[in-house]
Amino acid sequence: MNDIALQASFALNVALLLMLVIVGIAIARSRSLLASILLLGIYSLVSAAWLVVMDAADVAFTEAVVGAGISTVVLLGAILLVRAGPVRHDWRMTIPPALLVLGVGGLLIYAVTGLPEFGDPASPANAHVGRSYLIETPKEIGVPNVVTAVLSSYRGFDTLGETVVVFAAGIGVALMLGFGPRSALSPPPVATGDHHVVLRVTAKLLIPLIMLYAFYVQFHGDLGAGGGFQAGVILAVAPILHALVFGLRETIEAIPVHAVRSVAALGVLLFAGVGLVCILNGGDFLDYDYLFPPSVEAMIPPGLMGDPDHAHHWGQHFGIFFIELGVLFTVSATMVTIFYGFAGRAADEQEAAS
Amino acid sequence: MVDVLHLIGGVLVVAGTLLTLLGGVGVMRFPDVYTRIHAASLTDTGGATLVLIGLGLISGLTLETLKLGFVWVFVMLTTPAAANALANAAFSAGHTPRIGTFQITKSADASQAKPETPRTASGDGKSGAP
Repeated sequence: MNDIALQASFALNVALLLMLVIVGIAIARSRSLLASILLLGIYSLVSAAWLVVMDAADVAFTEAVVGAGISTVVLLGAILLVRAGPVRHDWRMTIPPALLVLGVGGLLIYAVTGLPEFGDPASPANAHVGRSYLIETPKEIGVPNVVTAVLSSYRGFDTLGETVVVFAAGIGVALMLGFGPRSALSPPPVATGDHHVVLRVTAKLLIPLIMLYAFYVQFHGDLGAGGGFQAGVILAVAPILHALVFGLRETIEAIPVHAVRSVAALGVLLFAGVGLVCILNGGDFLDYDYLFPPSVEAMIPPGLMGDPDHAHHWGQHFGIFFIELGVLFTVSATMVTIFYGFAGRAADEQEAAS
Repeated sequence: MVDVLHLIGGVLVVAGTLLTLLGGVGVMRFPDVYTRIHAASLTDTGGATLVLIGLGLISGLTLETLKLGFVWVFVMLTTPAAANALANAAFSAGHTPRIGTFQITKSADASQAKPETPRTASGDGKSGAP
């Protein structure tokens, strides 16, 4: 039975990786930017499926949400701006890049032969720090999902850096494209025949459900796959869908540009603020065991929410809750900022053309 | 009893995947945008329904069944709406159906039918396929 399951999993791996190769070749050969972007989305979806087979649920979730979801929308917004047709290159120009790609690819394939086997318990990644995370997490953090414990507690500083990177990306896009439309957006065209009634009704039904799902992913993150990054992107999908169906003007009226900007900054502040509170209470930066001052610590009854060895994990629970909330704020607001930037620029150009 | 349910569930999952595969063949083989959308959306919802029912039978009456039900509701909401939006956009862009009452062709074989007036290069919906 186990043998059959192993063989089936091997066959599934081979099939998914083959699909990745085929989609990759199709992307390289495609002459249409639109087709390439849609194929990139398919590539991400297939790799997400492959990551599920590899039991990396959190990574698969991120790949599906970011790769197949939001980046496709952003890239589509980008080609709205460039409107580039296929470019003809002299074939001799492609020789140096091809040689470079072949060289790097060959080196990578050579490096693969030196990697430990998949799932090898004695491999460096599994033997040292990985094993201690698995053993210590229930005692030290008290969170069932070890990925969340590693991401937000053990490596909280690293995650703060990632959040700042996301924030910086949003600022970069906003500086180049603007935070939103600068020209006064023209009123939405009067619907002559109501073509999009099905779309509008479905979007109205879906937008609250999407937001509800985002909050489920957010607050379920320490129990199952998910967390601030995935939830932030899913939450950002709701206003983006609203803008796509009802028009950017309506969305900006509902969620103003300055609100989005403030929330993006607030997230980073919240994350870093949790770290500073820990310092003020005598701990290290982002050491959530010191999140509460000693006077509050004393009031929490021992044995509540935790094993008897360690009185409780309240500091860890609340620390992870707040920093994940910060991640949610920054990621979702940054995604909306980026979308506003691209869509607003397109609206500006439309305005200028008309 | 459990084995029988597993067997029926497995058969339904395979039937659903085959139906989805058939939809893929339809998208490649059908003559115009509208029939292709038709092939993709119908088999998508039908195939997903079969797969989800099959998975529900395999999982038994657990929390997973409820989640599969949510997935089914989501698929039934989004796929037809997406097909509608796609067909709407195609119609707005001026695609005419190659079969049906919009155009009478002498050839009975629909796949041999040519459009009355060749539109732009991207007008036949085929150039979008990679």
